[in-house]
Amino acid sequence: MGELKLMKGNEAIAEAAMRCGCDGYFGYPITPQSEIMETLMLAKPWETTGMVVLQAESEVASINMLYGGASCGKKVMTSSSSPGISLMLEGISYLAGAELPCLIVNVVRGGPGLGTIQPSQADYFQTTKGGGHGDYQVIALAPASVQEMNDFVGLGFDLAFKYRIPSLILTDGVIGQMMEKVIVAESKPRWTDAEIKKISGTWATTGKTKDRERHVITSLNLESEKQEIHNHHLQAKYREIEVNEVRFEEFQTKDAEYLYVAYGSSARICQKSVQLARAKGIKVGLLRPITVWPYPTVRLSELANQVKGMLAVEMSAGQMVYDVRLAANGKIPVSHFGRYGGVIPSPDEVLVAMEKFIKEGK
Amino acid sequence: MAAIEIKDIIKKENLVYGKTKILTDNIMHYCPGCSHGVIHKIVAEVIEELGIQEKTIGVSPVGCSVLAYNYLDIDWQQAAHGRAPALATATKRLLPDHYVFTYQGDGDLASIGTAEILHACNRGENITVIFVNNAIYGMTGGQMAPTTLMGMATATSPYGREAALHGYPLKITELIAQLPGVAYVTRQSVQTPAAVRKAKKAIKKGFENQDKKIGTSFIEIVSTCSSGWKLSPVDSNRWMEEHMFKFYPLGDLKDSERNSEEEYKKYIE
Amino acid sequence: MAKVRGAIDVDKELCKGCGVCITACPTHVIELAKQVNGKGYNYAYMENPEACIGCTNCAMVCPDSVITVYKITI
Repeated sequence: MGELKLMKGNEAIAEAAMRCGCDGYFGYPITPQSEIMETLMLAKPWETTGMVVLQAESEVASINMLYGGASCGKKVMTSSSSPGISLMLEGISYLAGAELPCLIVNVVRGGPGLGTIQPSQADYFQTTKGGGHGDYQVIALAPASVQEMNDFVGLGFDLAFKYRIPSLILTDGVIGQMMEKVIVAESKPRWTDAEIKKISGTWATTGKTKDRERHVITSLNLESEKQEIHNHHLQAKYREIEVNEVRFEEFQTKDAEYLYVAYGSSARICQKSVQLARAKGIKVGLLRPITVWPYPTVRLSELANQVKGMLAVEMSAGQMVYDVRLAANGKIPVSHFGRYGGVIPSPDEVLVAMEKFIKEGK
Repeated sequence: MAAIEIKDIIKKENLVYGKTKILTDNIMHYCPGCSHGVIHKIVAEVIEELGIQEKTIGVSPVGCSVLAYNYLDIDWQQAAHGRAPALATATKRLLPDHYVFTYQGDGDLASIGTAEILHACNRGENITVIFVNNAIYGMTGGQMAPTTLMGMATATSPYGREAALHGYPLKITELIAQLPGVAYVTRQSVQTPAAVRKAKKAIKKGFENQDKKIGTSFIEIVSTCSSGWKLSPVDSNRWMEEHMFKFYPLGDLKDSERNSEEEYKKYIE
Repeated sequence: MAKVRGAIDVDKELCKGCGVCITACPTHVIELAKQVNGKGYNYAYMENPEACIGCTNCAMVCPDSVITVYKITI
């Protein structure tokens, strides 16, 4: 059993990184996530676990440092917020193309452009529908508590290495900045060279020894036919992840007639709205996707046979709602309620939106 | 004295120079006479002579030498355009007992990757940078590079480079030499046997500096692009000597003569 | 006095006929062949083999590493 601590979501990310045997953090300051690097720099893990922490010259450099570090079979991570993640998208596409495991944390803020430093969930498309160029996916975990901020660092790395894919923690300024109690995990040592050889020895660039061919990490294939085969391989992997790694949580769905679908901090707000609705005798439930890719499409599709309508609640103009509609597939009405640009909805106004949806069916 | 036949000379025991084993048998995709081939070869020879094949990681760029990983039998990472120094930074910090080098052209290093190279050098990353400057974008078909000389015609400066329209050629190596993190900066070429020997010596020094942990070693090789320049390989070499060397003079720009990590620390303080 | 004789072996199918070796040779040994190889290049060969001193200059500047140099002392 780990230690009980009180911390900010961003601090929990940093603490979890040091405790899960992370080899390197590379980042660039941006609000509202700068505490992650600040916490690491203050803790000086290079003196204890040997973890490298480096403030890069830009987000572009940070993500490419991940490419270099991940190429060596090391557990490397970065964190940023929306504008910084936009800068990283080219690199994320390269990481996905070269099948490199790594962890990226996006503490989302309101956009577009420089936008606001307040919380938002408007990077859902960017995260789950590519963002960068080419056909690729990243595994996206959406924590709804500081505890999950802590837990998803280790989980993110585990999934990244299991499938040789970038993992991304999609969170926002609410979860990043709020303080909650957290049970932190026991510290795990970083992987030894021998362990890295066992885990990633068939591909990592650790120096070409006489017993093997040289390893080349690249996303380049000048022959289209070969590149198509590589894409087939990636797509097969993505289908496998869709079967095995969908994670979600249900709240009062058993007898629900209407359903909120919300992730991250919006799910916390919806949870309260469910209670308010039930106090008024409205049978509302909540499905909270924990992985926003792969998405809990199958379960939502089942629930579409039970409930009369689904309301996607997001701090965006309506992004995840498209995935809800795809899952419902026209069986029931699906609508969206959102506050955005950095505004956080209250449980009351979410309930009002649900009541309107029930009445008007849209 | 009996006449000596060639077949009597061409025997294994009389071998004085052959292809290093660090070079693979893949046929290079470079155009005839391209400097990349010679530079690849001397990097490979240095790796063989230092016996560091098992500890060397190369980072290839975007540009003609993107496929460098096909030719040197070592582990490679292929970087996004301009980002090789970022990859090398992380690789060297995570594997400090390995030899890490980037191999970058002028478009990659001096245009799109200016931030990455300046900051990697400024942090004094213990890596070796091989900078191939032929003043043109070869891979994409001969467009203007940041290092294209004034008046030089390219596909995107068809009437010759002029300052008002295109800006001035960038002496990035001179900029790099100003940075305290950099231990060794030199400008070499590979068009003659003497030049090849000197360039190889410089590259060797660059790799040896990684043992001393004294900061970045930066080796520019002024090179030709006969296809881009629309000259024969031999004429390209001549044109380079007449025009390129005037603006990019050969020789050491910085040799801080720091011999150890301790001296480096003292210097930084 | 010891005399040196050298010889080069050009992998003519891999030679791209750039001619850089010709200018590097101090004793004018090398020329490009009138014939072409499989790739259509006029490959390098020893036109004056007796003049070769095995100095390795040609091999050193060869971008495609297709020249191997041998030397004997008589």
